[in-house]
Amino acid sequence: MKILTCPVNGPRNITEFVWGGEVKPTLDPATATDDEWAAYLFLEANVAGEIYEWWLHAPTNTWFIARRNTVTDTILETMTVDDYFAHRAGGAA
Amino acid sequence: MPLALLKYGLAKEHPQDPHFDWTPELKSSYDVVVIGAGGHGLATAYYLAAHHGITNVAVLDKGWLAGGNTARNTTIIRANYLTPEGVRFYKESVDIWRGLSNELDINMMYSERGHFTLAHTDAALRTARWRAEVNKHLGVDSEVIGPDEIKRICPTINISEDVRYPILGALYHPPGAIARHDAVAWGYAKEAVRRGVHIFTQTPVNRIVIENGRAVGVETSKGIVRAGKIVQAVAGASSEVARMAGFPLPIRTIPLQACVSEPVKPILDQIIVSGSLHVYISQSARGEMVMGGATDPYGLYSTRSTLDFKESLMAHMLELFPFMGELRVLRQWAGMADMTPDFSPVMGLTPVKNYYIDAGWGTWGFKATPVCGVRMAECIATDRQPELLQPFALDRFRTFDLVGEKGAASVGH
Repeated sequence: MKILTCPVNGPRNITEFVWGGEVKPTLDPATATDDEWAAYLFLEANVAGEIYEWWLHAPTNTWFIARRNTVTDTILETMTVDDYFAHRAGGAA
Repeated sequence: MPLALLKYGLAKEHPQDPHFDWTPELKSSYDVVVIGAGGHGLATAYYLAAHHGITNVAVLDKGWLAGGNTARNTTIIRANYLTPEGVRFYKESVDIWRGLSNELDINMMYSERGHFTLAHTDAALRTARWRAEVNKHLGVDSEVIGPDEIKRICPTINISEDVRYPILGALYHPPGAIARHDAVAWGYAKEAVRRGVHIFTQTPVNRIVIENGRAVGVETSKGIVRAGKIVQAVAGASSEVARMAGFPLPIRTIPLQACVSEPVKPILDQIIVSGSLHVYISQSARGEMVMGGATDPYGLYSTRSTLDFKESLMAHMLELFPFMGELRVLRQWAGMADMTPDFSPVMGLTPVKNYYIDAGWGTWGFKATPVCGVRMAECIATDRQPELLQPFALDRFRTFDLVGEKGAASVGH
């Protein structure tokens, strides 16, 4: 069983978590076009390598961000959503 | 053919049929370059040559011939989909499958077994009825049957109510079949090469050459190859290859695991699928129980196997077939499935001129190999989206015209 470390609840079995997909830059509802919304909903970078992605610890309903290598299946670090958007997202947020 | 077979049988020596000769030299230009020498890429190359007379074609692959999902699927062939668009498309595939061994002169061991999609809930039974009606309307043989009828056709199945998820009924699709997947790739490769197509394995494409918004060539490990037209058919690597051409895809690469048991005498004639239990099973001609389940719980570019997957698969499998408790797992593997949001493929034209895509095949690609080859070849030869492929265009995600086939996916994902 693979272990994933929730930044709030600590290390838990990965079966307790739900994958939320890659982190995408949030659109501004006031200015985003229809094409931008469609792209936000459906298009994926789907990178083979290191990515930032959403995870949910289902029993506690805690969303957080993980940095994971999608080729080696290695979880490199996990962080709270606040931590990610404060320090990692750059201009993307 | 029977005379040749007789001569071969009476001959003193029985040399192995090499299927086809490998091409020695990569040329500097081709009319069409196909990226990916799996079933889909090889079929596309074959039909380009056979239907459209386009024989100056190269098929390039990073790995070996049909070493990706063509070799990693569980070979189930069926047309009992949910949407009219999907049923029409997969029905054409089944029609081609039935004559394919003769057309390609290779024994694909195409074997019609009858395909059962079990329902364990009222909701699943409702979807089964919906699919049966859509199927019948479009000339596909499907019907909903009850537990006693399932037991009559498939005596080894456990229809007891004394289990966690009793069987309420099934969508029964008599034409459901399995085939020998390697023979499919070898047959298409053999007949394509015979018509002049070149195939190069161990030849990765590292760059797509784009000039003025048109795809004009590929940079391979063996040098630059100019191409009139380029098509990618690379399954799990679809997003990475499309990125080289400059456009994003609505695809997530997620592993799909499978395994086979040790071989036993014929005991299961049918193909049994349960979406609610996340299992499907059939017995191969060699006697192995071929088993698969849902895709992995998260995206990954890897073909590793996990114990988690097998634990959940076996727990449900033993409910359906208690005799399986006697069998050991012989092999396990995984394929990288290119999953789309609507569980339908992405085929045809792309934003890049002269560049075509065949992707988004997720867990449903093998059965579509022939029709996809025919229609992608038509698309490339005419530079138009064939009518049958209109619903599956990449542009459908921009216009929200999705083709929702999740209800007809073999298992819930």
